[in-house]
Amino acid sequence: MRRCSVTTVAEARRRTGRSSRGGGANWRQRFRKDWPLLLMVSPVVVLLGVFHYFPTLGNVIAFQDYSPYAGIRGSEWIGFGNFARLFAEPEFWSALMNTLTITGFQLVFFFPIPIFLALLLNSVLSVRVRTMIQGVAYLPHFFSWVLVVSLFQQMLGGSGLLAQALRTQGHGAFDMMTNPDTFLLLVTSQAVWKDAGWGMIVFLAALSTINPALYEAAAADGANRWRRLWHITLPGLRPVIVLLLILRLGDALTVGFEQFILQRAAVGAEVSEVLDTFVYYQGLLVGDFGYGAAAGLFKGVVGLVLILVANRFAHMMGEQGVYSKS
Amino acid sequence: MTTQNLTIPGRLARRRAAAENKRPSWEEPPSVPGRLGKGVVLGLVVLAVTFPLYVVVVTSLSSTEAVTRAGGLVVVPRELTLSAYVQLLSGGVVTKALVVSMGVTVVGTLFSLVITVLAAYGLSRPGSLLHRPLLFVVLLTFLFGPGIIPSYLLVSSFGLIDSYASLILPTAISAFNLIVMRSFFMGIPGELIDSARVDGAGEFGILTRIVMPLSKAVVAVVGLFYAVSYWNAFFNALLYLNDNNKWPLQLVLRTYIVQAQQLPSGAGGIAASPGMNLAPAPTLAIKMAIVVIAVLPVLLAYPFIQKHFTKGVIIGAVKG
Repeated sequence: MRRCSVTTVAEARRRTGRSSRGGGANWRQRFRKDWPLLLMVSPVVVLLGVFHYFPTLGNVIAFQDYSPYAGIRGSEWIGFGNFARLFAEPEFWSALMNTLTITGFQLVFFFPIPIFLALLLNSVLSVRVRTMIQGVAYLPHFFSWVLVVSLFQQMLGGSGLLAQALRTQGHGAFDMMTNPDTFLLLVTSQAVWKDAGWGMIVFLAALSTINPALYEAAAADGANRWRRLWHITLPGLRPVIVLLLILRLGDALTVGFEQFILQRAAVGAEVSEVLDTFVYYQGLLVGDFGYGAAAGLFKGVVGLVLILVANRFAHMMGEQGVYSKS
Repeated sequence: MTTQNLTIPGRLARRRAAAENKRPSWEEPPSVPGRLGKGVVLGLVVLAVTFPLYVVVVTSLSSTEAVTRAGGLVVVPRELTLSAYVQLLSGGVVTKALVVSMGVTVVGTLFSLVITVLAAYGLSRPGSLLHRPLLFVVLLTFLFGPGIIPSYLLVSSFGLIDSYASLILPTAISAFNLIVMRSFFMGIPGELIDSARVDGAGEFGILTRIVMPLSKAVVAVVGLFYAVSYWNAFFNALLYLNDNNKWPLQLVLRTYIVQAQQLPSGAGGIAASPGMNLAPAPTLAIKMAIVVIAVLPVLLAYPFIQKHFTKGVIIGAVKG
């Protein structure tokens, strides 16, 4: 979500700022002038080429019966064989369903929380208190998933603090970390704990751009607190909300890999297998590379289509979208 | 407060802050339940973050008796001792993992920062040769990733499995960080750069003598972002390191805490013979001390990250 607001800024800058240097000069002259800049960019371009674009091409093994010994050139091409196997596999559909369920659940129970918190925090008058709360709320964003899961285990796990307290009260055993029935709730609360505070940043920034005179004028016209919220604040936040919603929908097949790989063993694959962990376990650990790559490619292509469709939809609704049409 | 006091800078700042803190006259005062509810919710937010950290720190500092008496995690500190830390840091798996994590973080951050600064500057001069297609190459990485399996096959075909380079090279560039830095560089007034060019400076000279001194804040923020992500990285190590002797701290943390297993303290990884140098089962205090060691660098870096969040603006570099 952060990435795209920056991208659009960069786009805007680029559009306004170009052509301050000689545009008509021929290539050789421009090269003579600009070669140091090209040299500076080259390490990044090489690294992205080698570790991003080149392996992206490696996805062709999804259409092969890939063997590590034969390599891409020596392996047999089997067309859509891996995909046929994939779509006939109940575990794949279960992983897809789990992924979509988690996305849907988080859309309802995670997405609104940063908005709500930002509104609440924005109404705190004392700058010092506000900065303090922001500082604390952003912090878990910088923790690793291993750490977050460890902390949750210590609080809500079988030998965690809550279980400990319940035990001394004479209640039975309690363990939220291994209970498949509450797994959806667990992963959502972990995501909220880690990133809801951080999510406020965008909304706080948007809130600070709303002209205070609007509120004063509305108050003078007799609008109370709630009507001002409804008629000024929420319309002011709408572009940001739409943007983040698009990005979340575009990312519907990504629910966070580390969080699930860490907890898969404890609650079982039935509820915790998502597309990314499916690729890892069914493809990589088993050594069934072509099959795993097919699952990964499916996810990548559908994800790309989703984000393009969501963006188009936003344009149709008259919103800015993730990137502008140019 | 009288007007004379306004000349004293401290008073002035306080006065200004007070004005900012004041409710505008047209706004109705909030109801008592409203204020109470707001306080409770925000208090809970703060508590939800700080309480687990507090419990972990206190438990890590507690003696074995205190842990036994509490029946597990310790909330009320009694009989504090540093013995868990002494034990962890006097050699063994955790010490080693700590060294690995610190090494990867320092080397990786420097590497990433240098190439990010270079590329961000190289792409920030408007109208330069090929800058649009090259920028597109960077931006396009947002839309799709190479996927787990092709990445693994690539790293393994380079013979980088079980090397520390595999923890750095594949994820050395964050396009997000690059774009942040580029936007900042683009905000530096062109007059400054043009005047340096007139004085005969080349692009490298402009970058090191003009742009870098003006960009300390953004370099600090991006550097800290990189450092935190290297420190927290878990998946690269899981994917590319088979030899658990080379594991960084996050993987050790997972093994001890999340999986509640132990690592052989000697060499040899998975092939180690059973019973060989298996450390005594870690006590709860020791486990919690590992958690604290894993989180401490982030906590130490955090105030600096926070300080620089707001400093995204360049102030009056060109006068007149």
